[in-house]
Amino acid sequence: MTADPKGVLTGEHYLDGDHAAAEGALAAGCRFFAGYPITPSTEVAERIAARFPRVGGVFVQMEDELGSMAAILGGAWAGAKSMTVTSGPGFSLMMENLGLGVMMEVPTVLVNVQRGGPSTGLPTLPGQADIMQARWGSHGDYEIIAVSPSSPQEAFDHTIMAFNFAEKYRVPTMVMMDECVGHMTEKVVIPEAEEIEIVPRKMYDGPKTEYLPYEPDEDMVPWMVRAGDGYRFHTTGLTHDEKGYPVMNSKCQEKCVHRLVDKIRSRIDEIVVLEEDGVEGADVVVVSYGITSRVTVPAVERARKDGINVGSLRLVTIWPFPENRIRELSRKIKTFIVPEINYGQLCYEVERCAAGNAETVLVPHGGGWVHDPGDIYDAIKKGAK
Amino acid sequence: MADSSRRTPPGPGQKYWRRPLDADRIKVPHGEIHILVNRCKGCQFCVEYCPRDVLEMSESFNVKGYHYPEAVNEGECVNCQLCEMLCPEFAIFCVEVEEEVADDDGGS
Amino acid sequence: MKREVAAPATEAHPMDELLRMDRIPHIWCPTCGLGTVVTAFASAVDKLEIPLDDLAVVSGIGCTGRVAGYIKVDSFHTTHGRAIPFATGLHLTNPKLKVVVISGDGDLISIGGNHFIHAARRNVDITVICVNNFIYAMTGGQVAPTTPLRANASTMPYGNFERPFNIPYLAESSGAVYVARWTALHVRRLTKAIAEALQKPGFSVVEVISPCSTLYSRRNRIGTGLDLMKFYHDNCEIKHGADTRELDIGFQEEITVGKFIDTERPTYVESMNTWYAEVFGDQYEPYEGSAK
Repeated sequence: MTADPKGVLTGEHYLDGDHAAAEGALAAGCRFFAGYPITPSTEVAERIAARFPRVGGVFVQMEDELGSMAAILGGAWAGAKSMTVTSGPGFSLMMENLGLGVMMEVPTVLVNVQRGGPSTGLPTLPGQADIMQARWGSHGDYEIIAVSPSSPQEAFDHTIMAFNFAEKYRVPTMVMMDECVGHMTEKVVIPEAEEIEIVPRKMYDGPKTEYLPYEPDEDMVPWMVRAGDGYRFHTTGLTHDEKGYPVMNSKCQEKCVHRLVDKIRSRIDEIVVLEEDGVEGADVVVVSYGITSRVTVPAVERARKDGINVGSLRLVTIWPFPENRIRELSRKIKTFIVPEINYGQLCYEVERCAAGNAETVLVPHGGGWVHDPGDIYDAIKKGAK
Repeated sequence: MADSSRRTPPGPGQKYWRRPLDADRIKVPHGEIHILVNRCKGCQFCVEYCPRDVLEMSESFNVKGYHYPEAVNEGECVNCQLCEMLCPEFAIFCVEVEEEVADDDGGS
Repeated sequence: MKREVAAPATEAHPMDELLRMDRIPHIWCPTCGLGTVVTAFASAVDKLEIPLDDLAVVSGIGCTGRVAGYIKVDSFHTTHGRAIPFATGLHLTNPKLKVVVISGDGDLISIGGNHFIHAARRNVDITVICVNNFIYAMTGGQVAPTTPLRANASTMPYGNFERPFNIPYLAESSGAVYVARWTALHVRRLTKAIAEALQKPGFSVVEVISPCSTLYSRRNRIGTGLDLMKFYHDNCEIKHGADTRELDIGFQEEITVGKFIDTERPTYVESMNTWYAEVFGDQYEPYEGSAK
């Protein structure tokens, strides 16, 4: 299906990443937003607050991030496409109910405009240090989907992509921006509504008495209903059976959690979106995501001018991690270079998948700014030797 | 199971309240008590608060090992349903029954 | 709740239609008052003839948190303290749903305290039934924000020295439009209060003092839940319209019950619609829900 034209602001705009993400949400059909102000993500909420009254949505500024994340789960169960946005410490607070969203299999979107940390860190400056928190931040075992835009245009596009992932796999999906992308203003082209592909919710319409909220379909994703539609269903954050009833034993835990993990892990290649540039036949491959992938471009160009055979692999989706592609490349190349604005997070995933076949070199950055392309260039040069 | 601290409400014929003026025109309903014995956890709320002392705890046990209420004085039940409202186990309820034989002064 | 069906005494109960019978018996201890509260809630729903399809129950965590799992309507067993924001999301997305939060004192007033006061301030149109048993029961009898002074709790082993919250006062001062307190013994008045709260547009709060036999009364050597019911019988004073500042509950002291607040104030959605109609004029379509 295509987007509801009501929320699509078709045209060419000059927007920052935060505003573009808000427009992405509107285009994707988001009509319930609950959030709490925190720099540098607040502009997303502000744009939504201004736009919603005219598109039939409801915006609520909650008392905190705990409540924001809980509220969007309720909104989704009542039938809305829902979203929240946060940064830094707010992301930590959302982890509790992110877990509930995973357990209840709620399609919803969480935008994290990353700033420097830990704690309050650098509220107005960029970081990419929440990458592992996005993957493992809530307690317990699960799989999650996260995308990482590198420009305002992508903030728009990838927010729609995140909504589509959320609906298709019934999992809270994260848009892992950073302050740079959030506050960078560029041209954003919003297409016509009929050009925007929207994945509809997987709604059950069978007999009311036969509905089992957690009976998986062939794709391991159960069918969803809305509160108020007469199914009189139950759902819980506890380990549950197909009926959604709590069952406190390891057999049910195995069945319940295994499927939550498997519905994503077994379909990694279907989910993963990568952008590759000159990777085939390269000696060195730079693996990057978000704003760092843009800083990588001049470094790669300079190295190529030096005659180094270097490719660039950009992760559009960062979770689930593109294990197969990295494994495959590791057998063909010498070195992976992983620049990221942290002291090593995604590079461990690269290293795990390379499994000693290729060397993995981290180009760290503490946050507060982006890499100097020269640092990435130096690493490429060293890695090619 | 007798509890010495229980206050004993006045029995029939020794009521301390005054007789309502329309008492001869009002037909006192009669209830039939249904007890789902095996749901009971023996809390005694129903026995304690039955205004007509209809219920008593059984000597025997249900499948869960609890004593349960028995309607020892069912003729006194006026279908007030307080037992049903108080029961935390959804184990007791009342159904109003039609009087088969009219009272002597009924309908006068 | 078809009463005319005189079912065989060993089979069905008029409540069964409203319960998830495949989950009964419930987990609550003998002489716990929670089952009674469920009956009072169900009776209120029955009395008002609210279509069960239009009703949603949200609970947090704890003994009372299990209520959502036993009532056969759309029901949500969420995380500790987050029942109110979750319910806010349900309600704002579909304001036609009758959304009821049934949870405990620790869940709603401690970990969920911030959500409680802000939902009251916004006057979100939901009903909160706060079952107050004075203790964290499911985790083993720890001190709650409602534990009376000097009462014993596993984390106040020498008696509680923290001042407890007075829930009706907290609710009123935060902006709730309906506030009542009853005990599990006052089933008829409790049912009436829940029915009134359900009909009230805005944030309505019914506090239910309910016996915890296994943790609160046993630890405090005040008998069983039945003894607490007897205590309520002898020590509750009904004072409708009482000043909520005077509703503190002391350890085994008199409990004031009644309906304290019943007032009118625009709900969140009403306020939003009124204001936006003023701001945007005819361009604004009054919000009636966004569920698609």
